[in-house]
Amino acid sequence: MSEKKNWRYGFFLGCVIPNRYPMIERSIREVFEELNAELLDLPGASCCPAPGVFRAFHIPTWLVIAARNISIAEELGVNPITGCNGCYGTLRDAWYDLEHNPEEKKHVNQLLAKVGRKYNGNLEPKHVVQALYLDMGLDYLRDHIKYKFKDLKVAVHYGCHIVKPSDKRPWNGEYEAPEFLDEIVEITGAKSIDYKDKYMCCGAGGAVRTAVKEVAADFTREKLVNIRDAGADIIINCCPFCHLQLDLGQVEVNNFYHDIIGEPFKIPVIYITQLLGVAMGIDPNRLGLIKNHELSGVSPFIPVEPFMEKIKQQLT
Amino acid sequence: MSDNVEKYIKRKVYKSENSRIAQKFVDAGLEKIRACINCGTCTGSCPSGRRTAYRTRSAIRKALTGDESVLQDIDIWLCSTCYYCYERCPRDIPVTDMIIKLRNIAVEEGYILDSHFTLANDIFYATGHGVPANGEANKKWQDLRESYGLPPLPPTVHSYPEAVKECQTLMKEAGFRKLLDNAKKLKEERKSVEENKEKEQEKEKESK
Repeated sequence: MSEKKNWRYGFFLGCVIPNRYPMIERSIREVFEELNAELLDLPGASCCPAPGVFRAFHIPTWLVIAARNISIAEELGVNPITGCNGCYGTLRDAWYDLEHNPEEKKHVNQLLAKVGRKYNGNLEPKHVVQALYLDMGLDYLRDHIKYKFKDLKVAVHYGCHIVKPSDKRPWNGEYEAPEFLDEIVEITGAKSIDYKDKYMCCGAGGAVRTAVKEVAADFTREKLVNIRDAGADIIINCCPFCHLQLDLGQVEVNNFYHDIIGEPFKIPVIYITQLLGVAMGIDPNRLGLIKNHELSGVSPFIPVEPFMEKIKQQLT
Repeated sequence: MSDNVEKYIKRKVYKSENSRIAQKFVDAGLEKIRACINCGTCTGSCPSGRRTAYRTRSAIRKALTGDESVLQDIDIWLCSTCYYCYERCPRDIPVTDMIIKLRNIAVEEGYILDSHFTLANDIFYATGHGVPANGEANKKWQDLRESYGLPPLPPTVHSYPEAVKECQTLMKEAGFRKLLDNAKKLKEERKSVEENKEKEQEKEKESK
């Protein structure tokens, strides 16, 4: 354990990753360990709070709770890192807004002082994919690849808040057609395929899923039709809320829109560190890809076995 | 900002157009909304507008002209905050932020959906998580965590009860508790007004 790590981050879990898709949490922890990056827990962290709902209800509350979460990482002297686009949106936007508004920052600190905390703003919040791509880099990742897929067609789904608003993101203003996630996918030997409206939203965000589930599912239906038409074997994403919408939402689409979609959808939805992990030679058990329980009504709602078959056939 | 846009923002407007909502935008430093020329790029870029009645341009126009129905319609809650309108606006208006601000004003005036109120009050305020895994009702999610070799509850507010209290203190201090209580009161008042109206209409029918 005393071995020197190349990178240290404060792992901001958020809500959906630990509480609905723990296999994502496990896979991020395992992949970062293998890449010699340390993830410190952020004790007592809360909901980020979600940018589309809680910010939409009350911006001042959103801002102060976000600042509290960042301050927990600051206490440990590490950059907060998240695997969720929603948490990323909140932590990063709050960080950006506070840096550009000293009055607001002063006010937030007055509130935080009442619970004995302080927000500095000197540690940029990061996304897991940002750490993989910008901090570590493709060459470093490539050095850790042990097995390569020979024939795996992947539909990459970015989600919205990893790239937008682009003035508050680290991708040089790119938001219409980013390629960083496709590049990470392709070092595993998988092929990132083109599909219509690839950068479209999954439909869950912005309080829409909670407001009208059918509307959220209609976004998802359009995406799934385009993904199936392009012949994808699996969907890769980097956000647990998109992940939920594409996984559980797939069941909902099959249910709500069965009369217009033809065959029900059954496309496995895989998180980026699960894909990267298997190519790095990490046991699929440690990436949350193998079911070890008899529970019902839990994630994943679309079986990932077709993906496991590809692993068995190709990664040897 | 070009002089032309500056001119639009600062222009004198006829008082009926200087709506209460528009004034709230100005107070919040979002006077950029006045640069809107209603070109429709936002609506054309909106994935929600392709399948719902939500029209971004229309919502912004209503906010500008003081048509307060914009606060009551469900439409502004159908924006998934994908930020295409924000990115593509030729007048550099942060459109998505405007919609979020509009929602803040709507909640202030008691226009919040029941499902959103429950999420804010019974879940987020009570537990500190927007999607919790604690309690008997969520036992299966704790078991699922364990099946993947993780502790049943994450090292978040779920494992630190004092952290939940800390979040609640901050929410109270920021005005969230008051906002929710007020929204609930306004919602109930409106509901009872409607119920009374219905009762009177029925009485009228009976007397006829």
